[in-house]
Amino acid sequence: MLESILSKYPKEQDMLIEILLDVQNQKTDQYLSEAEIEQIASYLSLPTAHVSSAVSFYTFFSTQRRGEHVIQVCKDVPCYLNDSDNLVDTIQKQLGIGMHETTEDGMFTLEPTSCLGICDGAPAMRIGEHTYTKLNKDRVTALLAEYRGKR
Amino acid sequence: MPTITINNQKIEAKEGQTILEVAKDHHIDIPTLCHFPDLDVQSDCRICMSEIVGQKKLAPSCSTPVKEGMEIKTNSQRVYNARKTITELLLSNHDTNCTACERNMNCELQTLADTLGIDENRFENILEHEPIDDNNPSITRNADRCIKCGRCIEVCKNVQGIHVLDYMNRSHDTKVAPAHGKFLNDQVCTYCGQCANVCPVASITEKSDLEKVTHAIHDETKHVIVQTAPATRVSLGETLGMDSGSIVTGQMVAALRRVGFDKVFDTDFTADLTIMEEGHELLSRVKEGGKLPMITSCCPGWVNYAEQKNPDMLDHLSTAKSPQQMFGALAKTYYAEKEHIDPNNVYVVSIMPCTAKKFEAAREEMQVHKETADVDAVLTTRELGKMIKRAGVNFKNIGEESYDAPFGITSGAGAIFGATGGVMEAALRTVSEVVNEKPLEKLDFEDIRGMEGIKEASVTLGENTFKVAVAHTLSNAQKVLDDIKAGVSPYAFIEVMACPGGCIGGGGQPYTTTNAKRQERIDAIYNVDTAMKLRKSHENPAVNTLYEEYLSEPLSKRAHDLLHTHYKPR
Ligand code: SF4
Ligand code: SF4
Ligand code: SF4
Ligand code: FES
Repeated sequence: MLESILSKYPKEQDMLIEILLDVQNQKTDQYLSEAEIEQIASYLSLPTAHVSSAVSFYTFFSTQRRGEHVIQVCKDVPCYLNDSDNLVDTIQKQLGIGMHETTEDGMFTLEPTSCLGICDGAPAMRIGEHTYTKLNKDRVTALLAEYRGKR
Repeated sequence: MPTITINNQKIEAKEGQTILEVAKDHHIDIPTLCHFPDLDVQSDCRICMSEIVGQKKLAPSCSTPVKEGMEIKTNSQRVYNARKTITELLLSNHDTNCTACERNMNCELQTLADTLGIDENRFENILEHEPIDDNNPSITRNADRCIKCGRCIEVCKNVQGIHVLDYMNRSHDTKVAPAHGKFLNDQVCTYCGQCANVCPVASITEKSDLEKVTHAIHDETKHVIVQTAPATRVSLGETLGMDSGSIVTGQMVAALRRVGFDKVFDTDFTADLTIMEEGHELLSRVKEGGKLPMITSCCPGWVNYAEQKNPDMLDHLSTAKSPQQMFGALAKTYYAEKEHIDPNNVYVVSIMPCTAKKFEAAREEMQVHKETADVDAVLTTRELGKMIKRAGVNFKNIGEESYDAPFGITSGAGAIFGATGGVMEAALRTVSEVVNEKPLEKLDFEDIRGMEGIKEASVTLGENTFKVAVAHTLSNAQKVLDDIKAGVSPYAFIEVMACPGGCIGGGGQPYTTTNAKRQERIDAIYNVDTAMKLRKSHENPAVNTLYEEYLSEPLSKRAHDLLHTHYKPR
């Protein structure tokens, strides 16, 4: 699969982020393995350390298997001041997982993220592509139930 | 020419200089962490902040150009406060157990903390312990000591062109590591140690063999002999408080005896031998249409790089072992036989300017007797400095002594192996005299000396003139290789050294080796050469005796078995 994705892209180093996103998005477990990182690096003639550095910098990439819904809670200052810690606590208790962990049923993965750019709605988080703002215990509980119901 | 003031002193600066450069020219010290001379300016760490009168914010001295009329303060209260806060923050995410540290009393961070008078840190220590990376024979990485200055990344990426290390993660979680945050031996690390040499703290160091060697010395059953690489005699002094470029050959020999080695020999001897083998290999390749250009193989950083990144080029490498390994092989055969010592009891130590030599000594190809290394332990110049201090030897005042025979009789050609261009020059001295059967008019091949990245010369052998080249640093080596691959390389013979300046600038040399220091060591090593009576490898009488008594002639069957090796893609 990786080869067919790569073949769509010119061998230009500027393509790195696009390729990484494309590869990750096409995998149900939504992560980039070491082998994939190495192959992408060699496709673009980039040092593996460079690609690995980029992958580890952006929080939308992961190098660990993820569940269906990736919950990313902002860990930066405005959200922190608006009690994002409590948010994380609630999610952890309800899902029975810690940071960077995935629920046993593979439904949710919990991760921290850097600023989502919506500090006026702090505390904020993202589930998959959707962002949610001004969160509190009740809203989070309701949201999680909603996502569970979707299955 | 802008006129400025620094700390109320009027100064004429040169056009385009940074605050840091002007200050340096006028003997004003400004600390730097991310910045290292000869490497690109990164302006990340902010320890070099200066105050510019009339500007609200402090400015980084390493990247701020001076302008006409600028009034700069490098020692104001504001500057002092900023430096202090930065240092405290660095210390708050650092393993500050200095007495248990490899670089205690020789650390840029510790020096900063000391000069800034940080006796108590206002910030709580939040260090999260990381595993030590030491599952290779050469280099130890201890992330708990890393201050994320980025020097190692720069040197590996831009000087060596390899890019093993990079920043991983971001903000508070940032670390400096090989790909996937893993270990050096999973990646294409050559163990050249340039990263260790520029590291301001003890985050990257050689993997120490000091304890192992001390044990062997105190083991009565062992006959412990030592060899010293060409480059160590012009750098060891620096680790013991002397100026860079001090020539300390005789003191080093004396100190090694005081430390307890049974015999003190010189790698310069096997450097001469390398020239005999490699020189004849070149001649036979030329005569028999073998693979050309032939490339030198005495630098293990380079050999690792070739095996990892250019496996298609391996048949260009000379099969001659490095001087270190020729020494090891002979110590456990010829020498043991001659001295009637069981080779199992001969313990061979090398003193090297190099971290990659530790890897080389551990190669399984380097065992003439199965399962025992020919070279049992390798110490860097820095480790030897420590060993001498520990033994209580007063190095500066010790009398000079000479090497032991037979492996202590050497030529100037062997000595210059330590500098870029030296192996080539030594080879040209021998090859041209052997082929042309008359003495060279001029022994000095000045075109291939010095810090220029790729140098060339030509040599006339009989009817034909050959072009040769010298490359140092692995990024320059790659350029030369790319030409060979493209079929446009005009050379018959190429010398490659992994480290800038050659071994005098090696990864095991005194910390913070700048190009200015490299030049001083290079000058010193050519002074060693010119001061020698013998300056050509083929005129070394001990080498000739070795051939008569044991090896018969260059490239003989026995020479092949003991002094040559092979390479494989890795
Ligand atoms: S030892 Fe050399 S190749 Fe390895 S990481 Fe350090 S600089 Fe790079
Ligand atoms: S390992 Fe040393 S040189 Fe590299 S970033 Fe850390 S402190 Fe700086
Ligand atoms: S140039 Fe010298 S010090 Fe550097 S890796 Fe090669 S042999 Fe070692
Ligand atoms: S030395 Fe100037 S910012 Fe680091």
